[in-house]
Amino acid sequence: MRTKVIIFFILINFNVVNATTFSIDSNKILKNLRCLVCQGQSVADSNSDFAQTIKIVVKDQINEGKSEKEIYDFLIEKYGEWIVYKPPFNKVNFVLWLFPYIALVSGGVIIFLFFKKRDNH
Amino acid sequence: MLSNIGNTLLFLNILLGISIIYFSFQNLKNNKVIISKNIYHICLFQSTFIIICFFTLVTAFIVSDFSIITVYQNSHSLKPFLYKVTGTWGNHEGSLLLWVIILTIFSFLFLLYNKHHAKNYRIYSLIVQNVLILGFLFFLLFNSNPFSIILPIPKEGLGLNPILQDPALAIHPPLLYIGFVGSSIYFSAAIASLLTNYSGKLFAKSIKTWVLVSWTFQTLGILAGSIWAYYELGWGGFWFWDPVENASLLPWFAMSALLHSLIVLEKRNLLYFWVIILCLLTFILSVTGTFLVRSGILNSVHTFANDPSRGIYILIFLSLMIFVSVLLFFNKFKNSSYNLSSNSKETFILINNWFMIFYLITVLIGTVYPIFTEVLTDHKVSVGPPFYNTVIIPIIVLFLLFMSVGPQTGWIKNKSYNLNLLFRILIGSIFINFCIVYLFKGYSLLSNFIIISAIFLVISSLIDLYKSYKNLKIDSPRVVSHLAFGFLILFIGINYNFSLEKDFNLKLGEKKNFENYSVEFQDLKLQDFKNYKAVIGEFKINNFKENSNHSLYPEIRIYENPSTITYEASIRSGILKDYYITMSNIDRSDYYNIKFQKKPFMMWIWISVIFISLGGFLRLYKNAKKNY
Amino acid sequence: MQKKIIKSSIILLIIFIIGVFFVGLNKSSIYDTKNLVGKKISKIQLEHFAENRIITENDLKKNDFTLINFWASWCGPCREEHPILIKLNDEKNLKLLGVNFKDKKSNALAFLKDLGDPYDDLARDELGKHSINFGIYGIPESILINKNLVIIKKFIGPISKNDYDDIKNIVR
Repeated sequence: MRTKVIIFFILINFNVVNATTFSIDSNKILKNLRCLVCQGQSVADSNSDFAQTIKIVVKDQINEGKSEKEIYDFLIEKYGEWIVYKPPFNKVNFVLWLFPYIALVSGGVIIFLFFKKRDNH
Repeated sequence: MLSNIGNTLLFLNILLGISIIYFSFQNLKNNKVIISKNIYHICLFQSTFIIICFFTLVTAFIVSDFSIITVYQNSHSLKPFLYKVTGTWGNHEGSLLLWVIILTIFSFLFLLYNKHHAKNYRIYSLIVQNVLILGFLFFLLFNSNPFSIILPIPKEGLGLNPILQDPALAIHPPLLYIGFVGSSIYFSAAIASLLTNYSGKLFAKSIKTWVLVSWTFQTLGILAGSIWAYYELGWGGFWFWDPVENASLLPWFAMSALLHSLIVLEKRNLLYFWVIILCLLTFILSVTGTFLVRSGILNSVHTFANDPSRGIYILIFLSLMIFVSVLLFFNKFKNSSYNLSSNSKETFILINNWFMIFYLITVLIGTVYPIFTEVLTDHKVSVGPPFYNTVIIPIIVLFLLFMSVGPQTGWIKNKSYNLNLLFRILIGSIFINFCIVYLFKGYSLLSNFIIISAIFLVISSLIDLYKSYKNLKIDSPRVVSHLAFGFLILFIGINYNFSLEKDFNLKLGEKKNFENYSVEFQDLKLQDFKNYKAVIGEFKINNFKENSNHSLYPEIRIYENPSTITYEASIRSGILKDYYITMSNIDRSDYYNIKFQKKPFMMWIWISVIFISLGGFLRLYKNAKKNY
Repeated sequence: MQKKIIKSSIILLIIFIIGVFFVGLNKSSIYDTKNLVGKKISKIQLEHFAENRIITENDLKKNDFTLINFWASWCGPCREEHPILIKLNDEKNLKLLGVNFKDKKSNALAFLKDLGDPYDDLARDELGKHSINFGIYGIPESILINKNLVIIKKFIGPISKNDYDDIKNIVR
């Protein structure tokens, strides 16, 4: 009975969840782009000339219907991977993305094995 | 003259440090039980001299003695008095002097406060700590001397960066240094403990207070930095996962893990070697952080000016520290039999450590990854907020749930959980989240989980708080910190999902309408100040839903010494939300680029962090009361 | 034995990490796009400065080598490099395409009148949008491409004497 109540509440909750719009979010893209002439600012936060130009280009590409990935790929081709803050998931970068989770799982395994030994005594 | 005093004192302190080490070894060889008085005296002199040395530098800044390079490069006679003083540590050399002071004072205090502990343990702690002090003193005297002279004496200074003239930033280094520089003392104590095969329980008792102090101040130091970033940097955020920010966060993760494991070590004499690792790791991370920031190896918003020799020195020092720690640890490590049940509070503390290490590894890897790609593949990659947020946030959901259940678990072997209560709290959390979504607006699935688990922690902690009020068996410092942490995540989640950001161009007299707001560019003034000129805009923010309006005054500041332009945000902080506006001019145009933001609950984010550290202070107070 | 392996691997790992840091110290932390060479420029659509037409890839394929130079009248270093551009005009296999960046026509013309016009062709990018297509992030910046529109060399900042010699060697 208790489980049913919980499931009911969970369902209500997520029915009302208004998943963020599927339309492309220009602010999210601009926040993911690095201003190349600034000292550690995103294009969204920068007022530099370069940032303003990129803002125009990104808005144009969104209007042309380009997807987020296409915009990033375009800019990476022109400026290198340095320009995006979210490292693309490729052969080299998969180490970066997976290592934390491998560490997490390893830690869990170590703790689990640790207790398995104790509880068996 | 001041320069000579400073240099003399530094040199004297090197001699004192060497003599402390010498006499300490003498003390080890003799069979007396107590430490000889002359060591105490030398330590007292050491602390006194370094404090005088520091005040010498402060004086140089106050009187604007430009014969000293550090003062010349970082100060100006027109600087307000407060910022002349705080400018002392707002630069590489001065802040290193602050490092040395904390190392020295902590060394002396640790000696004094550990009178009930074994002599050899205390002596070795003193020796190791003084080796660290000497290392930094040599660095200071021969590479980054704050008292170096410049001739001919310049008439005026180059001025402190205007962005650094801020109260939050002024207090940020001292707070942080008591934090991660203070962790040096339990690094030294850990080595001493290994060398003397000291008892785990006694070791825990010895360093407990120090870990608490450093953790509490580190928390406040990080808060000060975030507050500064929010008010000064003008982008409306408070955390950017910039390498310098990460450098302060890494030791914090280690300290938090250590704080929790110490409880187990003290209470049940378990996890001794793990605690040793954490003690060594914390200070190693502190020095690593300082290396990453001062060597110029990473690109960041607020690195100090670059000088490769600094990097090399710090890296050599760091390498020696790491090798000595690792080799000594391997030498002394003993596998011991544990009596640990999986259903116990000890397990949950291990789980806390497990998650802390995960956060630590994630932030560490993200920060140093660009160095590896550049060295190994000659390719520059950026690792920014999207990486850290994507990797860490989902895991926080689980972390919050464990944080709620852990404290309710009994030691050694837990009797049973009040599953009924837990279920009810879960339903309550889901219901509250549902209300938020229903009454306001929905958000992503992940945000739902975050907010539900944050509320879960908050409710659990509130119930604990109520229990502790009714009877005294609950640990109130822990409840305060955990409750505050729950609130912190909750407020950050709400702030993130309900923030509004609008970037548009406006001419004087124009108005921009969007959602239920209008922003009107009402006035533009040019004003002259003591060391800058300001272009001040007046904007009226109208909130139609609440029928309120506020005026905000963002500025464009033009400084002369050094010649810089800064954009000052105008912030109206309220109980429920902040309004945030920045204005910048567009070259060759009448238009100004305006960024308007509405940020809910900003103030509560700061208050939550203050309460997290308050838990630390409460525990320190309670411990002190117990001992006296 | 297993313990020895674990211990040695940890020590080796630490040595490796510290080694990387040592090497990393010598690398500059300032980023530039000089190494982004070897790629082909695809869509070129530049508004001609004076004439009512669009300069496209086909125009550039006619040249053996093209140096695309991004400049503006309000840019100080552009004045510095201008004499070198004039000299480069003498190279037979090299054509100069100037792109006037976020500038007023009158100011640009005055600049060229003052310092000379080295450009075989002149385009303008009033909003600066099209320069993104070339990977430009500041001015002056120049790109040397060949007949197949492959980027041979990028010049960030004003073209120096050394750059001039490099270009001469390449386009011989």
